[in-house]
Amino acid sequence: MSNVNEYKTLTANGLWENNPALVQLLGLCPLLAVTGTVTNGLGLGIATLLVLMGSNITVSLVRDWVPNEIRIPVFVIVIATFVTLIELLMNAFTYGLYTALGIFIPLIVTNCAIIGRAEAYASKNPWHKAGFDGFVMGLGFALVLVLLGGLREIIGQGTLFDGADLLLGPWAASLRMELIQFDYPLLVAILPPGAFIGLGLIIAVKNGIDLQRKRRAAKQPIAKAQRARVTSQ
Amino acid sequence: MIFSSMKRNGIILAAFAAVATALLITVQWATADRIAAQQRNEVMRTLNELVPLSTYSNDLYRDCTLVVNPDALGIDSAQPVYRARDNNNHVALVVRTTAPDGYSGAIHLLVAIAPSGTILGSRVLQHRETPGLGDKIELRKSNWILSFTNQRVNGENDPRWAVRRDGGAFDQFTGATITPRAVINAIQRTALWAQANSNALFTAPANCDAATQGVGNE
Repeated sequence: MSNVNEYKTLTANGLWENNPALVQLLGLCPLLAVTGTVTNGLGLGIATLLVLMGSNITVSLVRDWVPNEIRIPVFVIVIATFVTLIELLMNAFTYGLYTALGIFIPLIVTNCAIIGRAEAYASKNPWHKAGFDGFVMGLGFALVLVLLGGLREIIGQGTLFDGADLLLGPWAASLRMELIQFDYPLLVAILPPGAFIGLGLIIAVKNGIDLQRKRRAAKQPIAKAQRARVTSQ
Repeated sequence: MIFSSMKRNGIILAAFAAVATALLITVQWATADRIAAQQRNEVMRTLNELVPLSTYSNDLYRDCTLVVNPDALGIDSAQPVYRARDNNNHVALVVRTTAPDGYSGAIHLLVAIAPSGTILGSRVLQHRETPGLGDKIELRKSNWILSFTNQRVNGENDPRWAVRRDGGAFDQFTGATITPRAVINAIQRTALWAQANSNALFTAPANCDAATQGVGNE
């Protein structure tokens, strides 16, 4: 039972409470650079997720052999190896996406969220929990990438899923949606400032929701406490 | 005491590095052929868009010579020129060229030119122009690049080879004239050069394999 709860907590942390992009504000460099379209966001999100899971599992498996003093260089080797592996595999099997994202893949190495999870969680927990943590943290990061990519693509280009066939194969070309026809698209959304503004807005919305939940929660415990007293008598 | 822990840590670190390196070498070795084939397919796809498969009979990708000519090709390094032949007839030259004066740096292009000087087509290979404005030079974004198909250049001062705003025959983009200007100039420059040196380029030895594309073997 406690085990299930732990996975629940991990999921809540990765997706919301401690979301790497929205709360920890880690990995902003790749986050802001590639989220011009949903496809790019999804591609980099999946790549980051795979690296994060791989590095978390590996770090957790070797944690008993790694002395404390050299743990950081070992983590760096593990992460860099996984990123290079993903880059080679993308180059070989999803060439179109590799040409679109290629220069950003090495940026995953600089994503502090990955070494952050290795240090804070994977190096202290068994491999299956570390793997799950990597999965939900990566998922939380990928969801923000896709959301931000979607916002910027709609505002800046008037489309959604442009170039999805590069990532998912030829069938996905039909996913492309032309939502708005612009004579002058809102360029700022595609350019780096648009990424900052968009991320800022998403964080603001998240904080707003959190605040509301807290207010509601602040009222509820009183009611619960009263009921609790009644039953205990 | 400290030395023994240093030694131990050193060995552990070296072991990790060795395992990681071995893993990467294996994967690189395993994917090398596939990556080379992907790159080759990508080049072949673009080449065949410009020069239809039915019009030539040689191995276009391998019939390629390297040329260094910064004046005509806009870049200091050696550039491949692919030669399409039908038996012994010269069909087309496909030249990799560069517009060094794009809005945000160099624009790399592929231009196909028939020996008569007619431009068979052109494609942008790589650029960093502003998304939404200058990137209309990509075929994915706009048909603009197709306006060069079947055009000719009549000398260096041909007034048609400019954007409409400058009195030429090619559209500029709303909000972006520097990018199309750069592309028009590069194609004009390359076409004139290819037409003037057509025979020499067709007879030059094929030497691209080792230098630029000799990755893996098929």
